[in-house]
Amino acid sequence: MTNRHEREQMNVVIVGHVDHGKSTLIGRLLADTGALPEGKLEAVKANCERNAKPFEYAFLLDALKDEQAQGITIDTARCFFKSAKRDYIIIDAPGHIEFLKNMVSGAARAEAAILVIDAHEGIQENSKRHGYMMSFLGIKNITVCVNKMDLVGYKQDVFEKIKAEYSKFLDEINIKPDNFIPISAREGDSIAALSSNMSWYQRASVLEALDNFKKKAPKSEQTFRFPVQDIYKFTAQADDRRIFAGRVETGTVAVGDDIIFLPSGKTSRIKSVEGFNTEPKNCAFSGESTGFCLDTQIYIRPGEIMCKKSDRQPFVSTKFRSNLFWMGRLPLVKDKNYKLKIASQHIPVRIAEIISVLDASELSSIQKKNQVDRHDVAECVFETLKPVAFDEVVNVAETGRFVLVDNYEIAGGGIILAPVFDENTSLKKHVRQREENWERSGITPQNRALKYQHKSALVVLAGQMDVGKQRIAKALEEQLFNRGQNVYFLGLSNQVVQDSVGSNDKVLNKVDYIQQLGELSHILTDAGLILITSITDVDDYELKILKSLTHPSQTLVVEIGQSGLNTAQVDLCLDVGVEPAAAVEDIQRHLNKAIGLDPEYAI
Amino acid sequence: MTKDNKTLSKLDALEAQSVYILREAYREFKNLAMLWSIGKDSTVLLWLSRKAFFGHVPFPLVHIDTSYKIPAMIEYRDKLAREWNLNMVYGQNKEALARKQTFPEGAVDRLTCCKLLKSEALKHTLAGDWTRYRMNHKTGQYEEDTNTEPYTGVIVGARADEEGSRSKERYFSPRDRNSEWDIGDQPPELWNQFKTDFAPGTHVRVHPLLDWTELNIWEYIERENIPIIDLYFDQGDGQRYRSLGCYPCTNPVDSTARNVSEIVEELRGGKFSNIAERSGRAQDKEDGGGLETLRRDGYM
Repeated sequence: MTNRHEREQMNVVIVGHVDHGKSTLIGRLLADTGALPEGKLEAVKANCERNAKPFEYAFLLDALKDEQAQGITIDTARCFFKSAKRDYIIIDAPGHIEFLKNMVSGAARAEAAILVIDAHEGIQENSKRHGYMMSFLGIKNITVCVNKMDLVGYKQDVFEKIKAEYSKFLDEINIKPDNFIPISAREGDSIAALSSNMSWYQRASVLEALDNFKKKAPKSEQTFRFPVQDIYKFTAQADDRRIFAGRVETGTVAVGDDIIFLPSGKTSRIKSVEGFNTEPKNCAFSGESTGFCLDTQIYIRPGEIMCKKSDRQPFVSTKFRSNLFWMGRLPLVKDKNYKLKIASQHIPVRIAEIISVLDASELSSIQKKNQVDRHDVAECVFETLKPVAFDEVVNVAETGRFVLVDNYEIAGGGIILAPVFDENTSLKKHVRQREENWERSGITPQNRALKYQHKSALVVLAGQMDVGKQRIAKALEEQLFNRGQNVYFLGLSNQVVQDSVGSNDKVLNKVDYIQQLGELSHILTDAGLILITSITDVDDYELKILKSLTHPSQTLVVEIGQSGLNTAQVDLCLDVGVEPAAAVEDIQRHLNKAIGLDPEYAI
Repeated sequence: MTKDNKTLSKLDALEAQSVYILREAYREFKNLAMLWSIGKDSTVLLWLSRKAFFGHVPFPLVHIDTSYKIPAMIEYRDKLAREWNLNMVYGQNKEALARKQTFPEGAVDRLTCCKLLKSEALKHTLAGDWTRYRMNHKTGQYEEDTNTEPYTGVIVGARADEEGSRSKERYFSPRDRNSEWDIGDQPPELWNQFKTDFAPGTHVRVHPLLDWTELNIWEYIERENIPIIDLYFDQGDGQRYRSLGCYPCTNPVDSTARNVSEIVEELRGGKFSNIAERSGRAQDKEDGGGLETLRRDGYM
């Protein structure tokens, strides 16, 4: 429903080195376009008079006492104003290096940026750093204002010199500014209109430059990406719909489209587009927060990316190469787990390699460092604990960028340059090392199998909570024991994975638990045992870890009820509520194939 | 519905972002609650929750009852709670009321009254160490809530355009153990990734309406036909409330807007386009105009 009154809106961030006059520029824009509430200008002027300090336009913005006291902008503030063309939200970003994370927060919301440089002081460290951050954040609409022209006698050569030098820098980082404007925010030159003080400048004023910024084209033409935020089923409210909720980041999708979830690879088809208090819809397009019901019942976890089968698909890997900027108090170091958030996926991650580190204010100084310090920019390879789905940032920005969380805080942001497909994962390295360091017993597995009259194996009972996994596991143990087989039920519950910990710690704990179980399984099956265990809510990748740690002994997977495992991973499926005796019979039939002695054992 | 060019309208875009934020909050916070002041903003927030969760509101709604709210507000609250089957909870500073430590009763000034009846009541209701009262939908009555777990995520209807300090809020804004807000050291937010990890003992305030203006709120109420309390409309005496609070400290404004579309017209071009929305709220003026002292202390 497009409103006939509807006006276009645009977020614009103002950035620049500390004291180069960002807040003054905004104050002036508000005042000169009549955007201030009645009496505000007079009130602030009166306040200045009372406190015997000269009035500055920046005071209009400094609503917070802290900032007035220090005279600098600490955090981004937003203000609203209108031109004849559209409505603006102007974001005042702090220039001080200490508040880089606040600047980034403000700028990340913007579609366009005004970079302010002091004509008198010239290009400073943060003028470059902020330029670099704009390119990082993917902001394409950029205008540079050379401010305080009044302090340099409105001289054109000062302006041209800064313009030439800064253009060269921006060119290196692939930024082409729309305009360079000489201004004096304090005096109001070239803000709402051009000024007779600089008759040599006859191009756009700041207000015109704002109106000339172009809105981004809709992303509906791109490939379809729908990161699943959550899966809802409000059964208690008598609502039987199973809804996959999230936001369409790019592209469009319609009822009947074949879709695939990554990284799991599960497939289905769109049955309906769901909504509340809207007319029925049969398609959804980029930007919409919506939800879908599917034709088939599939189990996936929040975080997977839903794509169209017919589209180019994202990469699935545990490694990728990226550019990253770091804002954390503690440096980014090796051998430490961080939480990676990429679209709606959350996953533990570590640095696999630091390729190079640079100081963003001096692009030339590339250092060989073993860690990434606060305010550094680095090229790194990351390795996730489990496979993730992502795009290269040049193809789909929304699924090609990520943040890192350290100690509860977002501490870094990055863009993905390329996937790394490396057979040498940490799990494989670990297994190889384990084999090298393992002093093998003189009794071979074959000897043990002959002696015990069965091979060793791991039996995993998988399924949701409370489906009777343990009861069946113990019944199976008893039956095998009574038949004289060497069997052991390992009741190492994954209830240790507590609810109270954050989602990242949960994944971490879970994988830790699976690895622990895998190591135990390796020892016990190496000793010739049939090991039985049950795991609640295990996924395909965790089973893969368990299987490779248990190798060369076989793993038999029994799924009780549907738990979302890929059918290729599962040897036997039993219904919830199956009689334990019947279940044991079934499992034994499958187990016999796995543990039965091969004919060559008899020779 | 046909959409030209597949571009979201301004209201569609605001709605999509708010819904996204609400779902992030619901996914990440086990003990989540939404503050409902009965005013237009938090009622829009409530509506957006029904959008986000396809007709449901899967978390409790918390109202702080100062006992000085305009009586029609409580009636309206309970009516919607019943109609929409809301998990409705309220809290109150019983002690201050019993000791008559209020501005209307003359014992304290406006700011202290706000602090006691709103900030303190809110802090302890959220923490769960003061009694919470929950609506029993079978009887329609409020009963003592057995759930005393602290809420770790609290959804609030603050908007950036309301006044200075609110323009600096994040979508997800941490508060420490004492509900305090460290304005100088807020977490970064980028690419729709928010602070959803938090240390034990702290909680996070979630602000899905941050980008909305007063006009957007009314345009959305009009578009969605959201039932809004009629105190906002002129009942024939040429006055209406523009912002709702406690009756001793909230004054109506002169206006003959009788319905939502007349309010939208009034805001678009009319008499209020340059007058602050909270100009009828007396406590703001005593706080140096910034609300900052109150907000640092947990005021919403």
